[in-house]
Amino acid sequence: MNPEFEHLYQALSKVDGFIYPNEIELSWSVLIVLYPFITGLVAGAFILASLERVFNVKSLKPTYVIALLTAFSFMLVATMPLVFHLGQPFRAWEIMITPHLTSAMAIFGFVYLWYLMVVLLLEIWFDYRVDLVIWSKTATGFKRIVYKALSLGSDDISPKSVKLDDKLGYIVTVIGIPSAFLLHGYVGFIFGSIKANPWWSTVMMPIIFLFSAMVSGIALVMVLFIVINYLRKQKIDMLCLDTIAKYLFYIIIIDFTMESLDQIHRFYEAEESFEIISLLISGHLNFTLLIMQIGVGMMLPLGTLGVLQFYKPAAHIRKAIYFVVGILVLIGIFFMRWNVVIGGQLFSKSFLGFTSFKLSLIGSEGFLMASIWLVVPFFILTFLLWLFPPWKKTPVDH
Amino acid sequence: MPLHLKRLLMLGVLIVLLFLLLKHLLTPVSFGQFGHYRGKAIDEIAAHQVKFVGNKACVSCHDTIVTMKNEGYHSDLSCEGCHGAAYLHVDHPKLEKLFKPDSREFCGKCHSINKARPEKAVTQQNIKDHHPEDKCIKCHNPHQP
Repeated sequence: MNPEFEHLYQALSKVDGFIYPNEIELSWSVLIVLYPFITGLVAGAFILASLERVFNVKSLKPTYVIALLTAFSFMLVATMPLVFHLGQPFRAWEIMITPHLTSAMAIFGFVYLWYLMVVLLLEIWFDYRVDLVIWSKTATGFKRIVYKALSLGSDDISPKSVKLDDKLGYIVTVIGIPSAFLLHGYVGFIFGSIKANPWWSTVMMPIIFLFSAMVSGIALVMVLFIVINYLRKQKIDMLCLDTIAKYLFYIIIIDFTMESLDQIHRFYEAEESFEIISLLISGHLNFTLLIMQIGVGMMLPLGTLGVLQFYKPAAHIRKAIYFVVGILVLIGIFFMRWNVVIGGQLFSKSFLGFTSFKLSLIGSEGFLMASIWLVVPFFILTFLLWLFPPWKKTPVDH
Repeated sequence: MPLHLKRLLMLGVLIVLLFLLLKHLLTPVSFGQFGHYRGKAIDEIAAHQVKFVGNKACVSCHDTIVTMKNEGYHSDLSCEGCHGAAYLHVDHPKLEKLFKPDSREFCGKCHSINKARPEKAVTQQNIKDHHPEDKCIKCHNPHQP
């Protein structure tokens, strides 16, 4: 067969019913699923950090720096799935130098940069400055050079300037909370504002994205906190772990309520798109939505955490449960992004047909490429934890 | 103001200045010439080779077949819709032969039963039952089916 047609036939074989030609192939694949997932982890981890700093939840103190460094590690990678999806790394920065207010993606560049440079970097810098000064005097070799450069050549650690740092760090965190909301609310806005797609177009989308971001970020920091303590052979602070789990439980309830409200609203309104969406949910998204997102990723953790609010088994059992729950929540939120991004492209805008999607193993949009961008942040985090070990910091009472 | 804050401020100003400098140096020259895009992009896109040559190019050599097609049910179809893009064939008719589809599967792409496809517009057949042992073109001339 003519190779020009071969590809078309393969594509046509996965179509059901009537579908427009440009809807056969999905334009947004697994890398675009990763983008909101990773951005959500950033926003969620930061919000957990701000719980300690701004809302004064003292028991969360052991996770404060870990949460910040986690947010930073994932932030550095957040744009990479987009760049690799577009395949134009040498033009990627043009979005920053030719901004336009009508382009949601162009604004993302600035939201991202604001959050990375003004919020995350500054907050981490203010938090670490005293330690950088101390370490620059005691460390040797590569570490010494890095600490010296980052302390900006100043070794002023007088109580007055430390107090000022703390105050400025606090202000940055206060600015950071709406910024984190903006960052991830905006990601939801990108989907929510596409009025041609009934699966995406809802004003609830930014709010749903925001709360699911908090859920995933908190779960990630909880899992990391357990893993880091395990690897360091340290006894874990159970009060801290219980508190994270408590907040995770609360935020999952809100997230679940928001998502349910959105669906109930859809069902009650039953607009012309309702039939195709019902078919989408019961058909193509059956496994990823009903089983993975709602069942495994939400109901199971919600039930388990709910029981643990009343019944508290021994610490090591609770720790194991929290670990499993954290992983399940992360899987669930990944599938939530999957269902939004992939689900929204599976049905035709004619509402009369479906295409299907199969994730390939290799290739620029394949499973391996996605895995790389999911694993890289953990390497960055490991490097940061080695370079700036939170457990060697001078204790500061915020 | 403590020294480290002064330096931080200086670093911030430096980053902003660097950004403005990069913006000035790296914005493509023709950007904004006509609108919010690179003016030269239009010429670059126009310079792309056109791969579909259109029915008129086919008529110049294959006039009998095109006339036959235009008198039949397939009159609305473009030749290249079945035979593929003909830009190479037009330049080198002997060397570059076009695709001649003859499989049942190929005809079935349009003519198999599909409830979402209007019956009035396209004749539909259950290609599993309808003379499954023969090729469609044995009975139906694709240029005048």
